[in-house]
Amino acid sequence: MTTTPVHFYQVGSFAVGNRLLGDAERTVQSSAQRTNSIDSGHRACQGCGEALGARYALDAAMRATDAQLVAVNATGCLEVFSTPYPETSWRIPWLHSLFGNAPAVATGVAAALRVKGRSDVRVVAQAGDGGTVDIGFGCLSGMFERNDDVLFICYDNEGYMNTGVQRSAATPPAARTATTVAAGPEPGNVFGQGKDLPRLAMAHDIPYVATATVADLHDLERKVERAMALRGARYIHVLVPCPLGWGSVSNETVLLARLAAETGIFPVFEAENGVVSAVSPIRRRTSVEAYLSRQRRYAHLFGDPGRPDIVARLQAMADANIERYALVNDDTRDDRATAVPS
Amino acid sequence: MIRPFAITLGVGTSRANHTGSWRVERPIYVDRLPPCNDACPAGENIQGWLYAAESGDYETAWRHLVEDNPLPAVMGRICFHPCETACNRATLDEAVGINAVERFLGDEAIAQGWALPAAGADTGKRVLVVGSGPAGLSATYHLRRLGHRVTIVDSAARLGGMMRYGIPAYRLPRDVLDAEIERILDLGVEVRLDHVVHDVEAERRDGDYDAVFLAVGAQLGKRVEIPAGDSSKVIDAVSFLHSVAEGATPQLGRRVVVYGGGDTALDAARTARRLGATESVIVYRRDRERMPAHSEELEQALVEGVTMRWLSTVDRLDGDRLVVETMRLNDQGFPEGTGEFEELGADALVLALGQDTDLSLLSGAHDVVVADGVVQVATSMMTGADGVFAGGDAVPDQRTATVAVGHGKRAAHGVDRYLRGDAPVATSRHALATFDRLNTWYYADAPRVHRPELERIRRQTNFEEVVGGLTEDNALFEARRCLSCGNCFECDNCFGVCPDNAVIKLGEGQRYEFNYDFCKGCGVCVTECPCGAIELVPEEI
Repeated sequence: MTTTPVHFYQVGSFAVGNRLLGDAERTVQSSAQRTNSIDSGHRACQGCGEALGARYALDAAMRATDAQLVAVNATGCLEVFSTPYPETSWRIPWLHSLFGNAPAVATGVAAALRVKGRSDVRVVAQAGDGGTVDIGFGCLSGMFERNDDVLFICYDNEGYMNTGVQRSAATPPAARTATTVAAGPEPGNVFGQGKDLPRLAMAHDIPYVATATVADLHDLERKVERAMALRGARYIHVLVPCPLGWGSVSNETVLLARLAAETGIFPVFEAENGVVSAVSPIRRRTSVEAYLSRQRRYAHLFGDPGRPDIVARLQAMADANIERYALVNDDTRDDRATAVPS
Repeated sequence: MIRPFAITLGVGTSRANHTGSWRVERPIYVDRLPPCNDACPAGENIQGWLYAAESGDYETAWRHLVEDNPLPAVMGRICFHPCETACNRATLDEAVGINAVERFLGDEAIAQGWALPAAGADTGKRVLVVGSGPAGLSATYHLRRLGHRVTIVDSAARLGGMMRYGIPAYRLPRDVLDAEIERILDLGVEVRLDHVVHDVEAERRDGDYDAVFLAVGAQLGKRVEIPAGDSSKVIDAVSFLHSVAEGATPQLGRRVVVYGGGDTALDAARTARRLGATESVIVYRRDRERMPAHSEELEQALVEGVTMRWLSTVDRLDGDRLVVETMRLNDQGFPEGTGEFEELGADALVLALGQDTDLSLLSGAHDVVVADGVVQVATSMMTGADGVFAGGDAVPDQRTATVAVGHGKRAAHGVDRYLRGDAPVATSRHALATFDRLNTWYYADAPRVHRPELERIRRQTNFEEVVGGLTEDNALFEARRCLSCGNCFECDNCFGVCPDNAVIKLGEGQRYEFNYDFCKGCGVCVTECPCGAIELVPEEI
């Protein structure tokens, strides 16, 4: 029998693995030989999106660099739950200094490697949204502006979670946090504040900027691989749902990430040299209620009487994203979604 | 050990921290019964053979298939595929074309000459199988595999029963039937044709058989009294189809009326068209929704120019004029006469009003209970008489070939336990894999590949097969549309989505295992399993 390429399998190209494909064509995560950069025994909450996102991204970076990788970590959930002294979950060279200086430390590591002539060893810096959009932003902007050879990955769970769920500049409007209570005429986080870090990164005209979620592993791995193929400052912003801070059930972490993308609330795209080069089109467009109502941080928007006016404003934001990035468009239909006979 | 200043503990891996102790619910892998398997009257493990077919390993798939059904090329043509009706994919886009893939595998097996699994070690027991339709052949096959010797007898000149003498050749080409029967006979079967069994007890005694399986079918067309000046113009559908199957070309005339609403009525009407009738009309007393015939067959008949006269009964045949009465449905949906009569031109009237079983061979078997014209059987398919089993159309169940195949298998196992002196075993079934347990996000959108049909004009004049087979590419595609409901198909999702690396991949064909030392019981794997093969159960505390 002649072998033909697998054009279609039960799970298309959305699931982690595919028993009909060779190992080289599968995701990094489907391999029993993956690095498991962050090991079992870490103290992340049940269903932690960040632990998942970090393993996805770093394992992909490890494969892309042939395991010649150094990771620098800002303070945050990821650092706290992975390294309670004397235990560590990291199975890769890993460095932590302060909350706000991870981009600068990573710049330093990259500079040291350059001095040593080790162009084969690559540097990844990682932080939560607090360490990226708030506390580390000055250093990060400098790293971008100097075009230092670092891939900076932000795992965005939309708040300061391990310290008790405080608002960050990545917390979305109307969300309840410990510092934005669900009370008064404008409950939760206020509209019109916060920073859109991917667009700020693009404004630096760096070689590569991308967004991703833990719901689309193939997309995330491809973007990390793409980033590691480039030199200079690169930025990937990964949405990682947080059961604790979002008030969601632990088993819906991936589901929520998927809904964030499918509603348009979190646009998934990539940009090269400051220009959007590709988007992940929406496959099953969903209204924002399906996303919001699964999270207790938005509970004040629902029920009787609820705040349909605020839900409508959030829907309008999602619709604006869909329009800005052309997320619903026949021309951009995801090839992976529809199978054809080979 | 000397440590740096202010350092009191040696660093080590977080694997020392067994986070499994946080867990209040534990995920477990389960196997659930896919709706296709649940619905298959022949008891096929459809999902199992589709799984093998997906990788292009058609021989393994076929071997899996013939574990239950020795007639896949036949069933791939004539089965009314309850599996597809039950298929969860129908809720997503369209049901998987299971029947088409089954046919592809069956045809591939014939083309490649694959042999059925060999007969079992000889038990020295002898079983008489009366009737060589799907029930008799299926029982023969399974009895041979269990090591029992089989003598199959049939009153007809050739084996196959209704598959040969009832189902028209445009639905089931005879070379396909012959090939699959031959393969069963290759297992070593004694065959006696043109042999009518008049008294089953005497036959059993004379032949010294240890057990008997009755699969005599329902071969007698029901007659109703229809006043007709010339009774030669009235023929029953079973006899009509039988004579066509034997190569005769009955001259029915230009205008043929078929009376009845079952699949046999459609077979008769479509056959009449092929024999040259310019008008082939089916008269049925109820409406389309209440017609017992399968809609696929009806649609094919309509395309071929068969016309339907709903809500009508035949009153009398008067020369070449057939008088029909218009009916209406009452509140209960039963048809009642309106007193309005109409005349149709008719050169012949074919009666397709159901079939009866000829049970005269049971005259000496007093322990066999017959009710409503059929033989009553236990779940083992044994009748009231010790060692006498029955199946197929002669017992109370749906009268389809696939049901008969299932009966044959069940009876063979019943006979086997009877001959070994084992008690009947109660079989348990897995819980059903329902659609709501699936995470359909992970399945690509893939519309079904339809089998080609012969152009309409060609099938009005000959008995060529109407529905074509799938090409290999299409069969592979169709097999891969299977969602594998309720059974792990090793997509690696649980292995990938676990935030705690607590899923162990055991390697191809070995599936996965949870590492409960680290599993926190978050349940992401449960939610993200495409096919619903993981469940959370409360942890015992």
